[in-house]
Amino acid sequence: MKMTPRTIATVLILLFLGCVPIYAQIAGEPFYLALFGRVLVYAIAAVSLNLLLGYGGLVSFGHALFLGLGAYSVGILSHHGIDNGWLHLLAAIVVCGIVGLISGAVVLRTTGIAFIMITLAFAQMFYFLTVSLNEYGGDDGMSIFQGSNFGVLKLDDPLSLYYTSFVLLLVLLFAMHKLIGSRFGMVIRGTQTNERRMKAMGFAPLPYKLTAYVLSAIVCGLAGVLIANLTLYISPSYLAWTTSGELVVMVVLGGLGTLMGPVAGSVAFLIMEEVLKAWTEHWMLVLGLIIVVIVMVSRRGIIGNLPGGSR
Amino acid sequence: MSATLFFAQALNGIQLGVLLFLLAAGLTLVFGIMNFVNLAHGSLYMMGAFIAATLYNHTGSFLLSAVGVVVAMIAIGFLLDRIALSRLYDRDHLDQVLATFGMILFFNELTRIIWGPSPYNMQVPPMLEGTIDLFGIAYPLYRFMIIVVGLVVALGCYLLIHKTRVGMLIRAGSSNRMMVGALGVNIRMLNTLLFALGAALAGIAGLMAGPILSVQTGMGEPVLILTMVVIVIGGIGSVRGAFLAALIVGVVDTLGRSMLPWILREVLSPSAANAAGPAIASMLIYVMMALILALRPQGLFPVRHG
Repeated sequence: MKMTPRTIATVLILLFLGCVPIYAQIAGEPFYLALFGRVLVYAIAAVSLNLLLGYGGLVSFGHALFLGLGAYSVGILSHHGIDNGWLHLLAAIVVCGIVGLISGAVVLRTTGIAFIMITLAFAQMFYFLTVSLNEYGGDDGMSIFQGSNFGVLKLDDPLSLYYTSFVLLLVLLFAMHKLIGSRFGMVIRGTQTNERRMKAMGFAPLPYKLTAYVLSAIVCGLAGVLIANLTLYISPSYLAWTTSGELVVMVVLGGLGTLMGPVAGSVAFLIMEEVLKAWTEHWMLVLGLIIVVIVMVSRRGIIGNLPGGSR
Repeated sequence: MSATLFFAQALNGIQLGVLLFLLAAGLTLVFGIMNFVNLAHGSLYMMGAFIAATLYNHTGSFLLSAVGVVVAMIAIGFLLDRIALSRLYDRDHLDQVLATFGMILFFNELTRIIWGPSPYNMQVPPMLEGTIDLFGIAYPLYRFMIIVVGLVVALGCYLLIHKTRVGMLIRAGSSNRMMVGALGVNIRMLNTLLFALGAALAGIAGLMAGPILSVQTGMGEPVLILTMVVIVIGGIGSVRGAFLAALIVGVVDTLGRSMLPWILREVLSPSAANAAGPAIASMLIYVMMALILALRPQGLFPVRHG
């Protein structure tokens, strides 16, 4: 592997994320473990969104739907006394897979603005569903008393949860790297560049797009399982459209269609949010302006601006 | 459910529909001409409501605040378009979505700084208090006025777009922007005008909604999402489609919320109906949108190109 700036950045970011718990331990600041645990979860969700947004050119503005479905899978099962992590995982995968398949079959019939809006509409549909689930906390959300229990591995310990998320992210990045280089990835990227040409070459884009949509939904559901364990809390805010917006910001901030972009984006976004929150009560005002400026000035994102590699 | 209640709820639905139309009209034209996704349109509505409420509480004149809010919103719309949005017209949808998402955060926090976090109060003007007798049903006069104003604005939009020269340019622009530009029309200026007009309509919607909904930070987003549903169902760029879709969405949403629990109680047990009713009712229009788009991806009343 050539040592391009992009490779160096990748190694540095992953090394940094891997060392956070050590620093938190030495400095006696468990706060950092929680903050970067959140970074890891959002990174996983953003990587899954990048498959649609960056490689497929599908601007989904409702991806938080799957984050929420994953979280509610854990919350609802745990509420009924089932703390088996494998069941939580299975539920999240099945629910996200089915919802992804059905909603994907509908949304992929549209393009452009209609696609953005209908993905948003699906997320809103489930947002209101969770708001009205009074048995599971309704609008206010609900605490989870037992996290996912995977037998040998219990996610109720912050450190093991952190490293589980970290390893999952590494595996995901590796799988993404392989996927994008594969024939499937070529078709997805080709469809983004020129769908008509792909059709002329004899590919039917829809099955490929739908597969990417469902895959992305399931991976985002895994992030949902992790975030439910991290916060031990579920609420409709996971499915809110602002969460979808934040995920999109992370992907674009880091670099659309780059392997590490979503990770760099979620690190940068969540740190920025923490810094602004500490600085002023009206951090949203500044954050809003920063987002506008980022969009206007930088078109390729953090990783996208580093030389080295086309993706 | 009695016929009177049904009729009153249907009127409420139409009233929500015309409010949605006030927002959708401006948004769909900018969508249609510039192919521009503006999520910040809900923020314009929110700003309109706050400005109107402040003017009304200080002057006590509803008419004066109406004039004031229209002038203020035209100014805000003009500035917003010239300073920020015009740089985004050539970008792809993703950039537009993101930038206007940032603007929503900005405007929400701005209103929180200026007007504080708690809802800002605005009363129904004394002149419009009381009820009106519609075919034997007592209906609040103010809500009836909203319907009338909405229909008048809709008629105005129709005349503007179909009977004037500017309207002809707008229609031409939405079918082929480049060609209209090549014929010597300043399409950017036309769009700025349209954007300011859309902002003014959003301001009127904010003014009208102020006394019946609470004027508060974040009030724009739920309405924005409903407006997006309206535009997509109606067919992007079509004002006629926006009008009909706004009425459909308004009536379906309102009647769904009031009648579904009642219908469900006939088939399900009361507890199940009480649990499922509100959930299904709030999902109803999104389900409707998904169904319509699945069957007709271009919307119900698409603009005819070519």
